Amino acid sequence: MSAFVGKYADELIKTAKYIATPGKGILAADESTGTIGKRFASINVENIESNRQALRELLFTSPGTFPCLSGVILFEETLYQKTSDGKPFVDLLMESGVIPGIKVDKGVVDLAGTNGETTTQGLDSLGTRCQEYYKAGARFAKWRAVLKIGATEPSELSIQDNAKGLARYAIICQENGLVPIVEPEILTDGSHDIKQCAAVTETVLAAVYKALNEHHVLLEGTLLKPNMVTPGSDSPKVTPEVIADYTVTALRRTVPPAVPGIVFLSGGQSEEEATLNLNAMNKLDVLKPWTLTFSFGRALQQSTLKAWAGKTENVAKAQATFLTRCKANSDATLGKYTGGASGDSAASESLYVKGYKY
Amino acid sequence: MSCFTTKFADELIANAAYIGTPGKGILAADESTGTIGKRLASINVENVESNRRALRELLFTTPGALPCLSGVILFEETLYQKSSNGTPFVEMLKSAGVLPGIKVDKGTVELAGTNGETTTQGLDGLGERCKKYYEAGARFAKWRAVLKIGQNEPSELAIHENAYGLARYAVICQENGLVPIVEPEILVDGSHDIHKCAAVTERVLAACYKALSDHHVLLEGTLLKPNMVTPGSESAKVAPEVIAEHTVRALQRTVPAAVPAIVFLSGGQSEEEATRNLNAMNQLKTKKPWFLSFSFGRALQQSTLKTWGGKEENVKKAQEAFLVRCKANSEATLGAYKGDAKLGEGAAESLHVKDYKY
Repeated sequence: MSAFVGKYADELIKTAKYIATPGKGILAADESTGTIGKRFASINVENIESNRQALRELLFTSPGTFPCLSGVILFEETLYQKTSDGKPFVDLLMESGVIPGIKVDKGVVDLAGTNGETTTQGLDSLGTRCQEYYKAGARFAKWRAVLKIGATEPSELSIQDNAKGLARYAIICQENGLVPIVEPEILTDGSHDIKQCAAVTETVLAAVYKALNEHHVLLEGTLLKPNMVTPGSDSPKVTPEVIADYTVTALRRTVPPAVPGIVFLSGGQSEEEATLNLNAMNKLDVLKPWTLTFSFGRALQQSTLKAWAGKTENVAKAQATFLTRCKANSDATLGKYTGGASGDSAASESLYVKGYKY
Repeated sequence: MSCFTTKFADELIANAAYIGTPGKGILAADESTGTIGKRLASINVENVESNRRALRELLFTTPGALPCLSGVILFEETLYQKSSNGTPFVEMLKSAGVLPGIKVDKGTVELAGTNGETTTQGLDGLGERCKKYYEAGARFAKWRAVLKIGQNEPSELAIHENAYGLARYAVICQENGLVPIVEPEILVDGSHDIHKCAAVTERVLAACYKALSDHHVLLEGTLLKPNMVTPGSESAKVAPEVIAEHTVRALQRTVPAAVPAIVFLSGGQSEEEATRNLNAMNQLKTKKPWFLSFSFGRALQQSTLKTWGGKEENVKKAQEAFLVRCKANSEATLGAYKGDAKLGEGAAESLHVKDYKY
């Protein structure tokens, strides 16, 4: 084959397919220590390990949420943490049919000579790190590449470098038993319209799949985590149906059918927006050879965080809020969401932060 | 969009979709004057215009054949020919619901410095020629790129040159109202096994779709005409089910769902082999977001030619032979071929000619 078929091939294919199960999706709980610190700051919670552990325990022990989730992406620290009664998070998740995943990139650095474009680092000793993560129970990984739209962006250099980085990361993961989630995020920042976002998304995804082919990546053992195709943050909004149409068209033009599932990032969308858009995509009456589901961070946790505010007495309420978003998104993967999952104003709050840095 | 906008967009999409109608396929009757000369020579028929015309009339007036066809590819001479009662062939085909197509490439030339690899010419003035062909009634076009498998072949140069030639041809066609059939044929010549053919096919197709993306081609208004994935001509044969599995998997890994149909070339396969392989693909239970059909030349005409022998008195029998193959392939597009087609003389005969030159 053109694809590398190593000893983990069957397992990779099985895991990727499971993660893409209709009705389920991914909770992205892989905020780095720095990033979670910003979230905590917004609810006046101290950024110390016990609080980080408490938040994740809140999420991972929320009753009724496991059937909605096929995977959770973790930050390295969390991979080795336990519940308050001593059970490793990884074991808790696995027992509940939720596959643990691990963020393996080491953030972005500027590409010299460009207008603030970046590339992602983390390839050094990645193979060894993946082996350790596999031993610790992880079965999939995530690497976030970032591109932006501007007068002369994304540049050919940025597209090529990020695509190649993703491909190299992907094959190293597969060599070591982890399903790579390939994430080429095109930021919403800007005043461009939805057509331009579509054009850039198609160009970027075409480059990504060419690079994956060159690096002999086994597509059946991967997942894609793209942005939805939307107008820029400074442009007028459009309906979920329009977003669905442009997004699915872009994917049909670029993502080979061998890829089992596409797990959208939410970017700066509010919880409700992200769910409505995902729902509209799944209702679209057009042939989609991959499942369309979620890999949401902010769009699953925002109102939960606010409800918790770091206080033990709020845990049950926060967990109920989290369940609401999980169910809403689970329904959205089946095109069954009827809207208004929670009267919570937080659910409609835009989570857009200009020039967002993880 | 990443693709360019053209006034012909809706028409291109409709025509490409029509060619992909289940139960129908394409008759490749675009043999150049030189090539048809070889065919006629094999049945002791003189290569004069009246004989070339007579052969095509035999095919196009076969009772019951046209409903099995969504398109016929013509050579330039034939585009302007008439039947013996004065009806232009183009009119005859159109009124029977068959789209006329036109071969627009000008054959292959060697790539200096390679081991006999080639590139295809025909881009000069192609836009003007396409306009003329559209006026004459053509609605799709074909351009054949050729690659081979060897120790060091296909080289990166050959892949790149042929992919980008196909992409440039494709967008020029679309600018002028013709649906481009994209044909990157990898010759069957060689002693390689089916895995090697699969690997090369995946690599070549990935390069083609990257090139098409770079050239802003509207994928929904194109067709793909690939080789099936088979062992080399000097290797042991395998079952149709094996060919089907490797072929469809290669396509799943490379051909976006936006492409409405894939119309296989028959290469050197016998009429019966080609039909059985196509049938097996359509029986395969796996993701196939594009319609799988045929664009056969030799594999539709071989026994018909032999039966005709250039003699008026054999026309009816020759037409019966042609109908048998048309129906068999029509059934194969539905996975319904039972292998009971009355085999005409030569139907099981391999049509492989080493290092075949058109």
